[in-house]
Amino acid sequence: MLDQTDGYMTADGRQIGPVVMEMRNITLRFGGVEAIKDISFDIREGEVRAIIGPNGAGKSSMLNVISGFYVPQEGQVIYKGAPRPAMKPYQVARQGIARTFQNIALFEGMSVLDNVMTGRLTHMKTGMFAQAFWKGKAEREETENREVAEKIIDFLEIQAIRKTPVSRLPYGLKKRVELARALAAEPELLLLDEPMAGMNVEEKEDMSRFILSMNDEFGTTIALIEHDMGVVMDLSDRVVVMDYGKKIGDGTPDEVRNNQAVIDAYLGVAHD
Amino acid sequence: MSDTLSGADGLVSVPALLHRNATQFGNAPAYREKEFGIWQSWTWAQTYKEVEALALGLLDLGVAEGDFIAVIGRNRPYLYWSMMAAQMVGAVPVPLYQDAAAEEMAYTLGHCGARFVIAGDQEQVDKVMDVQADLPTFEAMIYLDPRGLRKYDPAALTQYSAVQDRGREKRAALEPEMKARIAKLDYDSTAVMLYTSGTTGKPKGVVLSNRNVIETSKSSSEFDGLKQSDDILAYLPMAWVGDFIFSVGQALWTGFCTNCPESADTMHTDLREIGPTYYFAPPRVFETQLTNVMIRMEDASPFKKRMFDYFMGVARRVGPAILDGQTVATSDRLLYRLGEWMIYGPLKNTLGFSRVRVGYTAGEAIGPEIFDFYRSLGINLKQLYGQTEATVFITAQPDGQVRSDTVGISCPGVELKIADNGEVFYRSPGVFVEYYKNAESTADTKDSEGWVATGDAGFIEESSGHLRIIDRAKDVGKMASGAMFAPKYVENKLKFFPNILETVVFGNGREECTAFVNIDLNAVGNWAERNNIAYASYQELAGHPEVLATIQSHVEEVNKSVAQDEMLSECQVHRFVVLHKQLDADDGELTRTQKVRRRIIEEKFSDIIDAMYDGSETISTTTEVTYEDGRKGAISATLDIRTAAVVSVAHRMAAE
Repeated sequence: MLDQTDGYMTADGRQIGPVVMEMRNITLRFGGVEAIKDISFDIREGEVRAIIGPNGAGKSSMLNVISGFYVPQEGQVIYKGAPRPAMKPYQVARQGIARTFQNIALFEGMSVLDNVMTGRLTHMKTGMFAQAFWKGKAEREETENREVAEKIIDFLEIQAIRKTPVSRLPYGLKKRVELARALAAEPELLLLDEPMAGMNVEEKEDMSRFILSMNDEFGTTIALIEHDMGVVMDLSDRVVVMDYGKKIGDGTPDEVRNNQAVIDAYLGVAHD
Repeated sequence: MSDTLSGADGLVSVPALLHRNATQFGNAPAYREKEFGIWQSWTWAQTYKEVEALALGLLDLGVAEGDFIAVIGRNRPYLYWSMMAAQMVGAVPVPLYQDAAAEEMAYTLGHCGARFVIAGDQEQVDKVMDVQADLPTFEAMIYLDPRGLRKYDPAALTQYSAVQDRGREKRAALEPEMKARIAKLDYDSTAVMLYTSGTTGKPKGVVLSNRNVIETSKSSSEFDGLKQSDDILAYLPMAWVGDFIFSVGQALWTGFCTNCPESADTMHTDLREIGPTYYFAPPRVFETQLTNVMIRMEDASPFKKRMFDYFMGVARRVGPAILDGQTVATSDRLLYRLGEWMIYGPLKNTLGFSRVRVGYTAGEAIGPEIFDFYRSLGINLKQLYGQTEATVFITAQPDGQVRSDTVGISCPGVELKIADNGEVFYRSPGVFVEYYKNAESTADTKDSEGWVATGDAGFIEESSGHLRIIDRAKDVGKMASGAMFAPKYVENKLKFFPNILETVVFGNGREECTAFVNIDLNAVGNWAERNNIAYASYQELAGHPEVLATIQSHVEEVNKSVAQDEMLSECQVHRFVVLHKQLDADDGELTRTQKVRRRIIEEKFSDIIDAMYDGSETISTTTEVTYEDGRKGAISATLDIRTAAVVSVAHRMAAE
């Protein structure tokens, strides 16, 4: 078993803490298809952990296992030292895990602010009726949560679209709003599913800046899937490389970059 | 009190004014800033405490009298306080343009030898760090927004609030020194140094004294009857003299409230929420707003559009007269009242102009249609003419004497004279002290009697006494035929079309005039969308045949109008090119205040200019561009050169 207490120091001098989540011999099957084959790796506190791999490698499936959406047939997910049973998405959210989606999943008709506020739901205790009448505790609670939401809006520089319905926003901004909503949950572990897919260079640069400062400012542990190799190598502390459902590499960006199996997977060699 | 000290009721320095406001209007709002979705505000008394704490902290950091402290960032109360705090410790604040590239900053920081920099955020900190190795006098940096700066070396950086905290802690020890330094300030001490935008060559540091700032603020505030209860929105670059005079000078003199937007992108929302009573914007901002209104009206339902068109017609007919207090038929007054209720009121509210009592535009000529549009809505928009060297005000239009083609009468205390070559000279209490470390330029600009050359050619209209500006004096030239060439005159006419964002006219010493045109992506893009014209880039849209045809019709219309002018009828545009890239300050083609730099454009695009004169139909060219982050790239394009119809002047004369 992996040591739960040690950590390491990153190249830029950040102290990475103990393991928060460990994937132990995970195998996930859809009928006869093995999407993930016996994969083990861990995510440590405060790090930016990337999962990369060619199309169909099983990255999104892996993220869905981490988020608890898929329950693997074999293996265990250990979260904060204890094996995690199968749970409902809202239970996962309460455990401090938030995520964004590859194909944006926002409430299109609602304003940006309202969307970000939905990220605060797990932090609200008052019931529907109290909130409807908006008296006493419910009012205080909304003010507190609004403050958190506003700080995140400020952080992600989306003040100008605070009141704009999401459906009217361009793609790049929607991605940012989704990130804001995930961040509003104040997660301990944030899962990003292709945060930069379909963006232009400038949007990618912005998004990278936000991801790094999120990690820096709030100490959020981030696990992300990304296609853009340049981005991944720049952002992440450690990288897991998957190909055809198997783990073919795991280590720092430099280690991964020089790993022959990884090079083959990306450049393409004949598979047996 | 001696004569020099008695000016403006003994209030002879910025700190003195701040102290007066803190005691006299202690509980009135002085600064507001929208943060976290809420307008945070500070009263004059609170402002004084904040500024004082920072000043004490600066003393603790070792700021000496006469030191230059650069202030870089977007408009925020904290940065205005930085300038005041600098003045409190006898240092000179130097606000710099926040969108300047690192190299430009290196020049200004090196030129004034700034020992300290107060930077707004990580972006500015990074830029200064990039160049600090070349700045021998630079010592320490203070930053405001800590985001992204956690990993930076704390030895090189101090947070703004930490400086204030230290100031508060050591108050007892440092206060006497601060008071002594404030007491030493008089009417002749330097209030601020502002760098000119550098239309020609390197920026020059304009030194303004307390006398310049306070006298000008006083007379201009009185001229427009500014009140303590007024509100302004501070959104123009802090490095620009106008912002300094409005948000610091006049704000301190009259004690009105300066409101800072949440971010650059939210300016229009914030404008609407604050509803300033005193508002300044360059013509470009008014143009953009009008373009946006018109674009949205195009998309409105037919009923709304007809109502809008009808009432705007009424407003155009009687609005300006009502605003100027002239007699208007009762029926028209009633119609206008109805229009106010149905159209003008809501429109002004949307634009954020519901409460504007005094509005100014300056910097460039404003299109008569644009100007009249705002005035017809009942917004008291006026023009002023000024420059950094005059501490803004040279001429301004008094209420009731407002026209789009003049810049008004001389401001209180300003004398005007027109030289033989048409150049405008002025003399006033606002005349700058000197260009820092540049005695030669100072002598070139300001003569021994205190007359300053504006560099603009103009004349005083005999009937009204208003000043009219034709063009930059050095840009006014002669065509091969000997006729007068005033490019700005033609350019302004072209720019009044919403589709045209920027244009440059050539023709000095030539047989005929030619022009570069930049399309307005907003207006043309919207048109393309409505007409199902697909385009992938600015370049593609700018080269679209239908766009070229539209621009050609605009050019031809301008030619007709130019032909009417006796002096300038030769300046009709014979051939033009719609450029494949937008002229940009990052590429050096515009100044940071968005003015065209002709010499640089002429050099950079010489191949296109040659092609316009040698009769070619197309020209293939490659242009270097600089991205926002300083990287360089190149765009190549093949541009069509279009020939526009001109009105034959001889023919017109014969016909008359």
